[in-house]
Amino acid sequence: MSTIEDVKPVPVTLGGVRGGPERRTLRRDRWWASPAFTYAVLTLFVAYTAWAVFQNADYYVGVNMHRDLISPLYSPCIMGSCVPGAHGTFLVLHWWTITPAIFALSVPAAFRSTCYYYRKAYYRSFWQAPPACGVADGHARYTGETRFPLILQNLHRYAWGLALVWNVILTIDAVMAFRMPGDGGIGVSVGSLILTVNAIALWLYSLSCHACRHLCGGHVDQFSKAPIRHRLWKLVTPLNGRHMQFAWFSLFMVVLADVYVRIVAAGWIHDPKLF
Amino acid sequence: MGDVTMRIWRGDQNGGQFVDYTVPEVEGEVVLDVVHRIQAGPAPDLACRWNCKAGKCGSCSAEINGKPRLMCMTRMDQLPTEEPIVLAPMRTFPIIRDLVTDVSFNYVMARQLPPLKPRDPEPDGTYRMQQVDVERGQEFRKCIECFLCQDVCHVIRDHEENKPHYAGPRFFIRYMELESHPLDTNDRRELLRQRMGIGLCNITKCCTEVCPEGIKITDNAIIPLKERVVDGAYDPIAWLGRKILRRTKRSAREVAADAPAAYAPTSEDLGERRAVPETAGRA
Repeated sequence: MSTIEDVKPVPVTLGGVRGGPERRTLRRDRWWASPAFTYAVLTLFVAYTAWAVFQNADYYVGVNMHRDLISPLYSPCIMGSCVPGAHGTFLVLHWWTITPAIFALSVPAAFRSTCYYYRKAYYRSFWQAPPACGVADGHARYTGETRFPLILQNLHRYAWGLALVWNVILTIDAVMAFRMPGDGGIGVSVGSLILTVNAIALWLYSLSCHACRHLCGGHVDQFSKAPIRHRLWKLVTPLNGRHMQFAWFSLFMVVLADVYVRIVAAGWIHDPKLF
Repeated sequence: MGDVTMRIWRGDQNGGQFVDYTVPEVEGEVVLDVVHRIQAGPAPDLACRWNCKAGKCGSCSAEINGKPRLMCMTRMDQLPTEEPIVLAPMRTFPIIRDLVTDVSFNYVMARQLPPLKPRDPEPDGTYRMQQVDVERGQEFRKCIECFLCQDVCHVIRDHEENKPHYAGPRFFIRYMELESHPLDTNDRRELLRQRMGIGLCNITKCCTEVCPEGIKITDNAIIPLKERVVDGAYDPIAWLGRKILRRTKRSAREVAADAPAAYAPTSEDLGERRAVPETAGRA
């Protein structure tokens, strides 16, 4: 039953003199270091990604190098403009003429930008709301996530669901990377290992998501009546406690995988076969 | 050991200023010990709220070098003593005097919180709950109501105008405890969304950082509440599922017609700003 109309609002007395000086903060530690670091890293990531997206080249290492490596920034590559060998076979969008990375990045971008951890990170570092605990946010008004566009953060679970599809595709990419086309059979190269770790990191990041935890069993009030959902919730909860670490690690792995594929595809280095 | 200088805010609603007190350093002390020595020596009129000196009563909340902390749980040897240690009252609440603030805002929010409304008892007239059903909420019952989480939350710390429609982290954990209670039948999600400001929280986790009880306020209460609100108000598939499965709830008016009001504050509640209600927040 609902209680919204049962509860009469109680007026809150506003105003009153607050104690302490009118300063932004009384903190003397290096409170600015963490948001500054986050700001720098996220800015670098966005700048690199923007550059890589519009390169529209060197994102696939194919049969001519006896490898099957695709950058995670360009996968799934289902456009007619994708280089031969990179795109899938079931669905090819011939009408898509701009860089295929725009499509490939749409879902990861939606997932990460609405992620509960990244929200904390960019609200603190970019929005300065607040930059650190006990430091004034400096905004004249604050409406949080109650209005457009930030109210769309509430659709994070849909971005999470689509991200799982992307994870499956990137996992297939990682498995296919163990093929050595034209070289005979199956093997392990540095590239295949990087794509595998990247896929694992993305799964860890997705499965530790707060929306995943809620959908697995967080919405249940009586765990004793839902043992499977309780078990799922208990599996996901420890991962959820490391969501921040998985968020950063998977971000790092995506960049590393793209850089590696890019320099191999450009011919700067050869992807060494380990065994 | 040398001396230590405490820079303490002295003042009331008419204004104030920092005053330095230098006292000998004593090994093993916490900030509250030093404040007591200052009260016993140079400033017997220094106002400071305290009770247990064991981190359990939640009375001695203050801002130590700008960080909201309990004075009784902050060891002096963990603070840099090259500069004066700055001690100020909680910023979010109106000052009464020196380090004492008026935290009645929290009691107003506590009074609006719909209490547990249990389902019908079992045939033998009792309720039974499995341990697995109640252990999730036990973390929230560690709350000592120090209100440091309310103090540090920028939604009301920096925006006084948000106070009438923002319950704050302390009460979000109470809402979560009740919302996930295996016996409870109240649905507080629309209340949270429309009048208690769950959407104002932007999950920057300061409440979790300052909680002296180590309650994971954001991860275990606020975000799960946000997700439950999404279930009820924003998720189109969940809405469609309710329609198809006919899991429509009774309207609030229908419920109110045959059920006593969850809580109806009296006019006295509004006048007694500093009176602590009998059931303030804790059940």
